[in-house]
Amino acid sequence: MGLADKDRIFTNLYGQDDWRLSGARRRGDWDGTRALLARGRDTLVQEVKDSGLRGRGGAGFPTGLKWSFMPKESDDRPSYLVINADESEPGTCKDRDILRNDPHKLIEGALLSGFAMGAHTAFIYIRGEFFREAERLETAVQEAREAGLIGPDACGSGWDFDVVVHRGAGAYICGEETGLLESLEGKKGMPRIKPPFPANTGLYGCPTTINNVETIAVVPAILRRGPSWFAGFGRENNTGTKVFCISGHVNDPCNVEEEMGIPLRELIEKHAGGVRGGWDNLKAVIPGGSSVPLIPKSLCDTAIMDFDGLRDLKSGLGTAAVIVMDNSTDVVAAIARLSKFYMHESCGQCTPCREGTGWMWRVMERLVRGDAEVEEIDMLLAVSYEIEGHTICAHGDASAWPIQGLMRHFRDEVESRIVARKSGREAAA
Amino acid sequence: MATLTIDGTEIEVEDGITVLQACEEAGIEIPRFCYHERLSIAGNCRMCLVEMERSPKPIASCAMPVGNGMVIRTNTPMVQKARQGVMEFLLINHPLDCPICDQGGECDLQDQAMAYGFDRSRFAENKRAVPDKDFGPLVETHMTRCIHCTRCIRFVTEVAGVEELGATGRGEHMEVGTYVEKALTSELSGNIIDLCPVGALTSKPYAFNARPWELAKTESVDVMDAVGSNIRVDSRDGEVQRVIPLLNEDINEEWISDKARFACDGLRRQRLDTPYLRKDGRLVPANWSEALAAVAERMGKAAPERIAAIAGDLADCEAMAMLKDLFTALGSPHVDARQEGARLTGGARAGYLFNTTIAGIEEADACLVVGADPRREAPLVNARLRKRHSMGGFRVGLIGEPVDLTYRYDRLGNDAALLTDIAAGKHAFCDVLDAAERPMIAVGEGAFARADGARVLGTARAVAERFGMAGDGWNGFNVLHRAAARVGALDLGLVPREGGRDVEGILSGAENGEIELVYLLGADEFDTSRLGAAFVVYQGHHGDAGAMRADAILPGAAYTEKEATYVNLEGRPQRTARAVHPPGEAREDWRILRALSEALGKPLPCDNVDQVRARMAEINPVFAGIGSVEAAAWEPFGEDGSPDPGPFGTVVDNYYMTDPISRSSETMAACARAFLSPAEAKTGTDG
Repeated sequence: MGLADKDRIFTNLYGQDDWRLSGARRRGDWDGTRALLARGRDTLVQEVKDSGLRGRGGAGFPTGLKWSFMPKESDDRPSYLVINADESEPGTCKDRDILRNDPHKLIEGALLSGFAMGAHTAFIYIRGEFFREAERLETAVQEAREAGLIGPDACGSGWDFDVVVHRGAGAYICGEETGLLESLEGKKGMPRIKPPFPANTGLYGCPTTINNVETIAVVPAILRRGPSWFAGFGRENNTGTKVFCISGHVNDPCNVEEEMGIPLRELIEKHAGGVRGGWDNLKAVIPGGSSVPLIPKSLCDTAIMDFDGLRDLKSGLGTAAVIVMDNSTDVVAAIARLSKFYMHESCGQCTPCREGTGWMWRVMERLVRGDAEVEEIDMLLAVSYEIEGHTICAHGDASAWPIQGLMRHFRDEVESRIVARKSGREAAA
Repeated sequence: MATLTIDGTEIEVEDGITVLQACEEAGIEIPRFCYHERLSIAGNCRMCLVEMERSPKPIASCAMPVGNGMVIRTNTPMVQKARQGVMEFLLINHPLDCPICDQGGECDLQDQAMAYGFDRSRFAENKRAVPDKDFGPLVETHMTRCIHCTRCIRFVTEVAGVEELGATGRGEHMEVGTYVEKALTSELSGNIIDLCPVGALTSKPYAFNARPWELAKTESVDVMDAVGSNIRVDSRDGEVQRVIPLLNEDINEEWISDKARFACDGLRRQRLDTPYLRKDGRLVPANWSEALAAVAERMGKAAPERIAAIAGDLADCEAMAMLKDLFTALGSPHVDARQEGARLTGGARAGYLFNTTIAGIEEADACLVVGADPRREAPLVNARLRKRHSMGGFRVGLIGEPVDLTYRYDRLGNDAALLTDIAAGKHAFCDVLDAAERPMIAVGEGAFARADGARVLGTARAVAERFGMAGDGWNGFNVLHRAAARVGALDLGLVPREGGRDVEGILSGAENGEIELVYLLGADEFDTSRLGAAFVVYQGHHGDAGAMRADAILPGAAYTEKEATYVNLEGRPQRTARAVHPPGEAREDWRILRALSEALGKPLPCDNVDQVRARMAEINPVFAGIGSVEAAAWEPFGEDGSPDPGPFGTVVDNYYMTDPISRSSETMAACARAFLSPAEAKTGTDG
């Protein structure tokens, strides 16, 4: 098993080739785009539906279905495509390499997707820290515009299309789709209440679809090579290829494009040089970016890296950012650090998230030292369940899940640390 | 209509309302902090979570529109648990300082904590502390108590129209504030005190004065402007402690202006609590019989054409009716109530009312404001204009001084000639009025206070007629009064009769000796140095300009101390109620005039207030319909001819000090210092 080179979509993920238009053309981008557009809007949406592509930003919502929510007939309001390049999920760096080394894939994808949903404008909201990436992206947009690939009568298709690059200012919450829209409109990045959903009332009150960079960037390949080609990878309902970001205690941390559903162990051993000190030195893995619950080694042995496979393990594929922790890891401290991150990045509008994330972090800090009562573990879990599902956006859920995952699998360790401190044997912890 | 099931009961509700509203219609109370029906929906407090079928998570009922076939449950363990969780989160960083918190006893958080709170805390960490802000002399802040519902931010931005409040910081460091410390410059700022569901924003002047359960609550009407906002006067120990708004959708919704709310400390200062007589150049306390006898002697002796009366801005209708009848009985035609000199003569009611009505503004689709600053002359009318403006499709033009009305308007200039142009259809703004289906014109009092005021009125009428403002079912002609007493005075006919002198005539008569006695019924808003050698009787409640000049003072009652009728600018008679007794020897004003008539040997035929009111209704039947507005018939008013070119003057220079009560108020003085004299104002950097 394993993805053959000929089936890779991101052929310049590592930047060995020219990222500019000439290099992109050599790799097959912008080839026959006009003909793809000529298939018509409905066909494009249908093909993306048929490919089984699910959103690559974390939630895994079927992309073609999402597009089909956009109005077919305009009511005088323009439709917008917004591309979320505010990649801030800890452990995730896939979009960054796409923006850096393959920006034309994204721009071509923007044109095709925008056309498919009736949008003449795409906004790319790029994370402020991605400074060089934004420079390259802007250059690439300029190249495409000068080559007539976008702009008025894009690719000679008769469809006017432009791309606007907007830089964020470094807030994690601006990667939440409606928080992103607020930020893009020049307001404080606070997620909006839904309904109304963006497909009805989004950017500036107009129908809007927000997609992740990777989602949009794979669209040209799907259309060119056919939905069945893409659907041929992975399992039913979890199709396609995916860029995995492997970091942490592995010998060769990397981004790699692989087939969906690759076993976790194979992914790590084949592409990341294996776990530091061997597979048996593995303690736990956060398989989908910091928001998803971790899974201990016992589950890692057989874990399948796709949406449903990880959901069955009460975790999630998320952004497919695999954070590997070996036995040297203080897993309680690791999760406490994530709690601090979620506290720091909470936007502050909803009560549970604003107040609860700080509470959880403070308790977690004490648990790291064992300075707590055993009953507080259950209290902490109760607090996490009081946050989960009670907020406007998923930030509250994301702050709760890592702690829930920790307690599900490493409760012994937390408890023994409390007991150790109480009995004066702190060093043992 | 949508049909949904709430807690097993099917209910049919209008489309477009929220689940929370539907629950209320079904009689189910949903707890909430951030939701407020007059503000935009924030959905952030999460207290109103309910269970919706087919939704895995509870939903925020305040933000969810109703849908056909929805099944909502508000009493399940899941809902109960969610609310308890939210309550716990709100309380962990909220100081439990209820015993020293001014909100105690009327606190939403306190009340709901009784229903959803635990009896002990699981929170073992340190509580958050937030530095307090300085929002100026009216609003006290205790930001540690803030629960971040953002009602104040939304009110100030949406209703008051000044973007001065916002949230800075993120997560638990989020703080509500002005960013750069400054006072809130809205004349509606006090409403955020009522809106704040906790004790984060409280009233600075009222701080630590009383507990809500100690207060006697009296429903009344405000007289600080001509809007007639409905208020509740809270008193204790015979003193007014505070004034808060009462709901009246037709007038003030649930807001009041800062002057209405905060000028009440003026009711405790500078009060006239005993009659005075001037002896050897000094005012000496006297008793009632001495004072009435002295006044009656001077009045009785003088020839009828040599005595005159001026009614002031706070005079109630009962007293004005008595004053008019008394002077009629004495044979004097010199009675006037228009201290500012507006050339409004009474008569056709449509010619001096705000005919559109305040609520009717929401139906209008274009507005021309002439010679007025509605924001300072009638803040709540301005708030309604702003509300209409925010709905969209409402162009406003202003002929007058450039002022910040909190909404966008076309400034046409400040010249009476522009009004003439518009009446002649020769101005660009005519296109706007032509295109509008329900245009309105609002002319300020100041526009009539000039020699050609009657022609201004006539020209404004011509504008109204030209642009279909006086059609069937729609009256877009409006006079924007500032004084609470004025419409009532015009309804009662307190304008000079045939051969009578107006205020200007009375004053010039007093100067040259043709008038030898002037009776001031709470009249202070004119140049009292022009009263010359006349014998001046001042009947009123405050030692202000009129009392300073008076030769005899008859102490009256302020609006919180009497049950009296006032007609607001729409022509709506309303009644105040007695919250406290007048101080010392002061008496209700109509009784003073009745007693004086007795002393004069010409007793008025009214022995009790019912008879006075019957007499008022005899003079003008509108007084029979308390609380309601009758549409005024479109009859001729004003003079034909163009007004002379030239700018309209301003009526209100100092919003915070427009009458004897607000001039006596320390709070209003602090406001005037903070907002109107920038040199003295705190800059935020001076410590």
